Amino acid sequence: MGLNRVHVHVGVQLLRVHFPQVAASAGKSLPEKVKIVEVGPRDGLQNEKTIVPAEVKICLIDMLSEAGLPVIEATSFVSPKWVPQMADQVEVMKGISKKPGVNYPVLTPNLKGFQAAVKAGATEVAIFGAASELFSKKNINCSVEESLQRFEEVAKAAKEQGVAVRGYVSCVLGCPYEGKVAPGKVAQVAKRLYAMGCYEISLGDTTGVGTPGGMIEMLEAVKHEVPVEALAVHCHDTYGQALANILVALQMGISVVDSSVAGLGGCPYAQGASGNVATEDVVYMLHGLGIQTGVDLAKLMDAGAFICQSLNRRTSSKVAQAASFQAILQF
Amino acid sequence: MGNVPAAVKHCLSHEALAQEHPWLLRWLVDEKSAAICDFPKAVKVVEVGPRDGLQNEKEMVPTGVKIQLIDMLSETGLPVIEATSFVSSKWVPQMADHAEVLKGISLAPHVRYPVLTPNMQGFHAAVDAGATEVAVFGSASETFCKNNINCSIEESFQRFKEIISSAKQAHIPVRGYVSCAVACPYEGHVEPAKVAEVAKRLYELGCYEVSLCDTTGVGTPGSMASMLKCVVKEVPTNALAVHCHDTYGQALANVLIALQMGISVVDSSVAGLGGCPFAKGATGNVSTEDVVYMLNGLGIETGVNLSKVIHAGEFICKALNRSTNSKVAQATLKSETS
Repeated sequence: MGLNRVHVHVGVQLLRVHFPQVAASAGKSLPEKVKIVEVGPRDGLQNEKTIVPAEVKICLIDMLSEAGLPVIEATSFVSPKWVPQMADQVEVMKGISKKPGVNYPVLTPNLKGFQAAVKAGATEVAIFGAASELFSKKNINCSVEESLQRFEEVAKAAKEQGVAVRGYVSCVLGCPYEGKVAPGKVAQVAKRLYAMGCYEISLGDTTGVGTPGGMIEMLEAVKHEVPVEALAVHCHDTYGQALANILVALQMGISVVDSSVAGLGGCPYAQGASGNVATEDVVYMLHGLGIQTGVDLAKLMDAGAFICQSLNRRTSSKVAQAASFQAILQF
Repeated sequence: MGNVPAAVKHCLSHEALAQEHPWLLRWLVDEKSAAICDFPKAVKVVEVGPRDGLQNEKEMVPTGVKIQLIDMLSETGLPVIEATSFVSSKWVPQMADHAEVLKGISLAPHVRYPVLTPNMQGFHAAVDAGATEVAVFGSASETFCKNNINCSIEESFQRFKEIISSAKQAHIPVRGYVSCAVACPYEGHVEPAKVAEVAKRLYELGCYEVSLCDTTGVGTPGSMASMLKCVVKEVPTNALAVHCHDTYGQALANVLIALQMGISVVDSSVAGLGGCPFAKGATGNVSTEDVVYMLNGLGIETGVNLSKVIHAGEFICKALNRSTNSKVAQATLKSETS
């Protein structure tokens, strides 16, 4: 059937009707609900200098569970030789009070870690790919392809044992070694992780260098390969861009956002600079946008205050800082 | 669809179209991204550090330092630098040296140096000191207006009318500000319609530009968008600016939504100078460095050299003996030393 201008015009009008989000208010419709994936206890603490005792970690996770967070990354089954902070992985996993309806994924960089995680009671695991060859080499001492093969093993074992797997792609908006990262490469890695069985792929702006333009471009490429409902964004606030990046991601249809209570976790590539975006600041923005998260901001701030006291450090959350001087007003 | 041939129905079916011509769906998806990407080509950054920033800093800054800061900022490409305030030194001791500062700075060509003039006395003093642009500060909240300048909103308009009239005669452009554009520290939520009303009055009185200020930083892209939607009905978008505070970390997201709504003038403060007077110790103004970084990343022209701004920020923070509030400056300086 040949396509002439009339068909195109009519077709476009119909498509506008059937995809209202692409109509006059195009691009600005936002999800009704957003799932927040709390990475403070793992990604956050992993990047904090002070070693935190297991009972403090457990208390933190329990407080976060009470705050209504639906997913809390509990720990990492990585060798304590590499990440001493996570040496108490089994104790933490067994010690937390698992709230019904809340997921507690754990990082499993390889099959050995996976097996240890399952033994300790994990029902969800996470694997970490990279969109940059150099970063992969420096971080886990192998190429991207080799890492994906390693993860295939974990994904296969997880499938056999009915364990859900979440995939991460780091360096999606820039690499501390390579600089610019092609959106096509990010899409490729995300697609591989999705194809091997990851139910969700979290796209990480590892160094926080990304800005909304780069985020849009990258998500455009990834959305062609992975359904948007299976995507999450993991923004770092090292350059103050995180909330703006999250906003455009929401506008692009993303409805899962990773964040870290109190903005725990500095940037390992710019010592002393900030890293993860603060959950409090994300929740404040989402609630202000009328988006449901299920999170109780006051209880979340309590958890943040608790861990900052234990770490003897100041919160990186602006909302928490403002709250310490006045009652929080939500607008 | 009534008596329509099957073939036409097939053509009009969106499923068939999407299947047979996948480029169509992709085009519409790209159109969605294009709509999100609908940013202005250029944005004017109005630097308020030397006035709004320093006015809210505890440390008294010597005149020489203020002049040096402004001169450094003049070298960055910033097109507008709010230099000082001709307010009574009884109320704002930090700005007591207003005449000296204005006379001492090197006026760079292509850069404008507006000064605040809360009343006729201030206006005359500003003109005597060589001011070529002034600014007046309105409010969308009655209580804030009363507490800040000791009069009602209507009375403040009478005051501004006088200033604007004299400024017009002297060919001096006037910029208007509307504080509490989202919320007031005393009244709480402020109705967008009220903000629009005040902005409209300032514009009609003769302000060439009206800057909408989220004075307490409580706004989110949601409340920002609601407010702007109302204001753009009353004031042309190209005469509007946003002045976002980062007290709750929402500033860049708020600036972004403003850009998407057609705003192309953004106020900011080097190094994020200027805390929040309503939550002592909390941050206030959004950092110029962070704003420029975002605009650069979006491919939006500003004419601003980011490293020179970071350099100016470093200078004033050293002079104030405080650390920068700019994340970009922190990251840049940390990665340089690590």
